Amino acid sequence: MATIKFTSNLKRFYPDLRPIEANCSNVREAVELIESEYEGLKDYIVDERGRLRKHVNIFIGNQLIKDREKLSDALKASDELYVMQALSGG
Amino acid sequence: MADKNILLVGSRKGLMVYQRAKGSQEWKHTDTHFLGIPVSLAAIDAHTGYWWAMLDHGHWGCKLHRSADGKVWEELEAPKYPEGEEVKDGVPATTRYLWAFSPGAKSEPGTIYIGTEPGGLFKSTNNGDSFELVRALWDHPSRKDQWFGGGRDYPGIHSILVNPENPDHLYVSISCAGTFETTDGGKSWEPRNKGLKADFLPDPNSEIGQDPHLVEWCMANRQVMWQQNHCGIYRSADGGKNWADISEANGPANFGFAIAASETNPQRAWVVPGVSDMLRVAIDGALCVCRTDDGGATWKAFRKGLPQESAYDIVYRHALDVVGNTLAFGTTTGNLYLSADDGESWEVLSHNLPMIHSVAFC
Repeated sequence: MATIKFTSNLKRFYPDLRPIEANCSNVREAVELIESEYEGLKDYIVDERGRLRKHVNIFIGNQLIKDREKLSDALKASDELYVMQALSGG
Repeated sequence: MADKNILLVGSRKGLMVYQRAKGSQEWKHTDTHFLGIPVSLAAIDAHTGYWWAMLDHGHWGCKLHRSADGKVWEELEAPKYPEGEEVKDGVPATTRYLWAFSPGAKSEPGTIYIGTEPGGLFKSTNNGDSFELVRALWDHPSRKDQWFGGGRDYPGIHSILVNPENPDHLYVSISCAGTFETTDGGKSWEPRNKGLKADFLPDPNSEIGQDPHLVEWCMANRQVMWQQNHCGIYRSADGGKNWADISEANGPANFGFAIAASETNPQRAWVVPGVSDMLRVAIDGALCVCRTDDGGATWKAFRKGLPQESAYDIVYRHALDVVGNTLAFGTTTGNLYLSADDGESWEVLSHNLPMIHSVAFC
């Protein structure tokens, strides 16, 4: 099972936010799982076309995902996926 | 005229609430909501009593909040563009900014409108629980080829005027496209930009592509409309069918963003001028508010209580408001000013606010 972890900044809006164990094959599925666990949180991460928001980053391990449009990057059971905010503005 | 004893200040770092006791001119800062989060607009719907806040998180997108009491807020799903909609061919439409808000007509409490960048008007008939794109405006044949961004990347609706007595009659104004009117509840829209002159267009008289910065009307005589335009100040006496340039030929009342219309006197309006689009700062380092009492034939500049040197503030389009003889405006450098004498003299409510996006008496 992959693990999904979140920037603590999202706890302001979702105080009960905890890491999620995910049986997902790619990032898109992981975002859908996030939405099923925390209703409305998907909208903080992607826009209504499903594209990663401009100032949000998703890492798998230490690597930024490559596909910000369709979130097709693959997830393995051993992966840790991080939802982070970009350091826009310094 | 209803009492309005609350002043909502939407800022770069939250929503600040000021209140006065009934009959008093002493305004006090009473609450701050959404600390640290940019608030583009805030309002209280007089028909329902609900408070509204439109947020623009730097990271997490645009969010819409409502509150029954001004204390406890509830996040709603902000308006979203339907699958497949495009700003232009190949550019998917997504909600980038919540830029205008209006309640519906008196007869339809719980109806609200929100204007957005990239140019969609959204309507809710269930007090914000869900929204629908107003299709006929979005599908207007001029949109894809003649609307464009002004101040923002894509076209944006910043002004919504709903006739309180007639739910089928409203205006919206768009930077850059111009003003459009519907008299059939949004099923069809007519441009209302005759007389405007856009000096940034190949054809300055083009009916589409104008840049109204804000459009208001006189509530007591809604045939009288005012607009602070990118290219001057205009007034209409026939419900927007024709506009006359009322800019001051040799004075400060010319470029700016905000305009406030008297609720009762169709000859009276206020602007807060700035140096035109190349600089966007206060004129000669000094702030003034200009008022016309004769439908724009002449303007008076008022400076008492405002800084007259080393000022760089400008006032964004939603950051000037009036109720009765009381006005407030907020500036890009976080100064909040109040006048209790029709704009003739000013006092400071704060010099230390974040950049101010909007002020609204409620």
